[in-house]
Amino acid sequence: MGILLDAVEKGTLFNVVGKRVPRVDAAEKATGQAVYVDDISFPHMLYGKVLRSPLAHARIKKVDVSRALRLPGVKVAISAQDLPDTRHGPFIYDTPVLARGKVLYVGDPVAAVAAVDEDTALEALALIDVEYEELVPVFDTDFAMSPEAPLLHENQEAYIKTFKAIQKGNICSRTTFIEGDVEEALKRSDYVFEDSFTTQMVQQTPIETNGTVAAYDISGRLTLWTSTQAPHLMQIRISDGLLIPINKIRVIGLRTGGGFGGKVEPKTQIIAAALAQRAGKPVKLVLTRKEEFTATSPRHSSKITVKSGVSREGKILARTIKAVYDTGAYADDGPGIAGFGGMMSLGPYKIPSYRIDSYCVYTNKMGCGAFRGFGNPQAAFATESHMDMVAERIGIDPVEFRLKNVLRNGDLSVGGIPMPSVGVKECLEKTAKAAGWGKSLGKNRGMGVACLQHISGVLSSSAIVRINGDGTATVFTGAIDIGQGSDTTLTQIAAEELGLPMEAVGIVAADTASTPYNWAVTASRITRTNGNAVRLAAADAKRQILELAARFLDVTPEELQIMEGQITVKGSPERTLKMHDIGGISHWATRGPIIGNASVMVEGHKYDPEKVKGFPFGTMAGFVFGSHIVEVEVDESTGRVQVVDAVAAHDVGKAVNPTGVEGQIQGGLVQGLGYALFEEIVYDEKGKVINDTMLDYKIPTALDAPHITPLIVEETDPGGPFGAKGVGEPTLVGTAPAIANAVKRATGIRIKDLPLSMEKLWREMKKL
Amino acid sequence: MKTTVCFFLNGEKQVVKVEPSRTLLDVIRKDLGLTGTKKGCGDGDCGGCTVLIDGMPYNSCLVLIPKVEGKEVTTIEGLAENGQMHPIQQAFVNHGAIQCGFCTPGMIMSAKYILNANPKPTEKEIRQGISGNLCRCTGYQKIVEAIGSLAGKEV
Ligand code: FES
Ligand code: FES
Repeated sequence: MGILLDAVEKGTLFNVVGKRVPRVDAAEKATGQAVYVDDISFPHMLYGKVLRSPLAHARIKKVDVSRALRLPGVKVAISAQDLPDTRHGPFIYDTPVLARGKVLYVGDPVAAVAAVDEDTALEALALIDVEYEELVPVFDTDFAMSPEAPLLHENQEAYIKTFKAIQKGNICSRTTFIEGDVEEALKRSDYVFEDSFTTQMVQQTPIETNGTVAAYDISGRLTLWTSTQAPHLMQIRISDGLLIPINKIRVIGLRTGGGFGGKVEPKTQIIAAALAQRAGKPVKLVLTRKEEFTATSPRHSSKITVKSGVSREGKILARTIKAVYDTGAYADDGPGIAGFGGMMSLGPYKIPSYRIDSYCVYTNKMGCGAFRGFGNPQAAFATESHMDMVAERIGIDPVEFRLKNVLRNGDLSVGGIPMPSVGVKECLEKTAKAAGWGKSLGKNRGMGVACLQHISGVLSSSAIVRINGDGTATVFTGAIDIGQGSDTTLTQIAAEELGLPMEAVGIVAADTASTPYNWAVTASRITRTNGNAVRLAAADAKRQILELAARFLDVTPEELQIMEGQITVKGSPERTLKMHDIGGISHWATRGPIIGNASVMVEGHKYDPEKVKGFPFGTMAGFVFGSHIVEVEVDESTGRVQVVDAVAAHDVGKAVNPTGVEGQIQGGLVQGLGYALFEEIVYDEKGKVINDTMLDYKIPTALDAPHITPLIVEETDPGGPFGAKGVGEPTLVGTAPAIANAVKRATGIRIKDLPLSMEKLWREMKKL
Repeated sequence: MKTTVCFFLNGEKQVVKVEPSRTLLDVIRKDLGLTGTKKGCGDGDCGGCTVLIDGMPYNSCLVLIPKVEGKEVTTIEGLAENGQMHPIQQAFVNHGAIQCGFCTPGMIMSAKYILNANPKPTEKEIRQGISGNLCRCTGYQKIVEAIGSLAGKEV
């Protein structure tokens, strides 16, 4: 790794990877040419609308759409009765396309219509008759887990599950990780501290809401143009939901206006498809901002208790975690999120004994799902706040305390996976230095630190690289660019491997009819997991190029290299063939066109079933690390917190496009700031969201965002393409605890419940 | 009852016959086919739909179409000339100020107003100027840098 880095530093190794190239999709986006779903329309297209439950928990006695169907201009009106009796989901198949038997939250889709325009569709919704029998709602996880609570999913044993789910009552999944004898280790510890935290529900709030246009043809083929993070995953969900075989479903991912996890699982896709099936015309279904706030899949709220046993020297010897993630009405990614949050809850520290219990619990709120960090932001807020609290109690500086305990190369993750590249120490040292940790600050100011870990390799992907007739190349990938920059990064990786300049490589992404399978744009996995597939596909194409060229240059393929589109015999630069020639020869003269392809799966490690229970994922890889330090200023009279400066270091392995990495760091940190200080979905006592506009649910503006210094740490990963890991999610994970820790140091007040709102802080300051 | 509204869109005269309750955003996107201007909320909260009306920035989702009678409306499509990006667009590309791109058209229109009104804005002034344009991806910094790079230049 050291040698690789040296070469990188000297600029001798890479031509395209590591360069600050402009994004390949930037110009079309800057000029308004980029096409998003709401920009698409077809002649005679219909508009879809969804009737949603007004009640949090009720049995559906009757749904009658006949009056709606009689309204002129209405073409389709459907409820569950009109659809196959199916349920779908990522881990537990508990979600019907339209509510079946029961509604489980205010906003649950009950019926849907397609009409000639939006106004008519809205009018039709008012004509649908639904009779409900109200049931006792369950809004709190403590109540949900108690024996008195009514069951939300009365038939949950019968649901299909993709893993061995440990379930009980409203607990839809429980994950446990155990290592060593934690009770004994706690007894042995000089100090034992326990702290409890809560975090709130927050919404992804992409500026583009979810939406789909669906069309169904006479041969039974379904085509979707959609805003999504996962075209291939969407095919599976539609297939499961409507019982259409995958080969008849084409999902075209358009430019997606932000996702952050909220566009992984279907929101509009299956309903739009069901409407289009019956309409015989394309149907557009775009969520309103209000629907986006009330009926999508926000980040789980949580209750987390952390207990640590610590030695006098400041070594953490043992930790127990009890975490409860409120998944709302449907499991969605909840079992994975609770499990992964548990897995991350030791932080980037070496803790020899632990017991982690993480619960995913149903309640009558909208179903929660993936949102940048996948359970880790909750865990990190709790454990990194706790780290500072422990450091203070034993009288050690928080940076020093962390440095005493950080993971090193080769340490094992929770679950026992070896981690070959661990850059947390360097991240922490760099942020501390850049921020001037320890310097004296003005009145009402404080600096706070947090460290973090995450992953970037999981599940499968594939890629195709085609060499065109003119010697240029085209990459085909199932990964969609939702703003994170994958079109650019994957192009760079292919260009580097092929020895072509960036301009000679094109990319086609995210159309299930033409691009090969990728699980989803999620888990920060595209650079590493898809990047590996693209690199291997390019290497496969390159092998074929060199074999063909060798025949014409009368050498063995091993004697050849490709540089800047020229194939030359190593050591005799005058013996060359142009890539252009290879393209021409293979298309018109001999051999046939060159196509490279590759499939990858992150696999290998087996969890010990005695130590890991109820975890829905197989092995993971590409562990990434980071450290955030923020400086805050607190207004004494109002409790308002302004983050005035921020430094964030992330170990991303080889940074394929440093500008893109910086953008991820800055964007993630500002999302984390909103999470820390003011974002919160608030429910009333009837289970209705009360802040369902962007005015009432505030996300950070340019005035809330501080100047951020992004620092890139390149602890290269031998398992990643050119040593790359990932960066998307972890950039948010450290921010909230760093801010809470800074506020503590500025005011003496420790807030253990997110968000750290003005009001909360003001009330606490009053008490002093 | 439909009404006839006559206005200039990116320099071209437009005559539309539409319901007076329609918004400018809706008319330019649906009737006139310029989809570069984005709808993030429809409530006047996100700034995604920002256009210039006689040089001033407006959330076009809040502007009823009769309001633009006789006025000059500039949208994102009106900036590039002869296949060349406008300097602000180029600066956004060069500075990595674009991620998902959904806020970008509105953000660039606000940037144009900021720089026209105040050719040498400070960082604070830029942040204030774009504070009505929400971006969920970038954390704003590269946007602020892109706009700042044009201080003192002809835009
Ligand atoms: S769409 Fe006009 S402000 Fe959001
Ligand atoms: S770039 Fe995505 S919202 Fe701004």
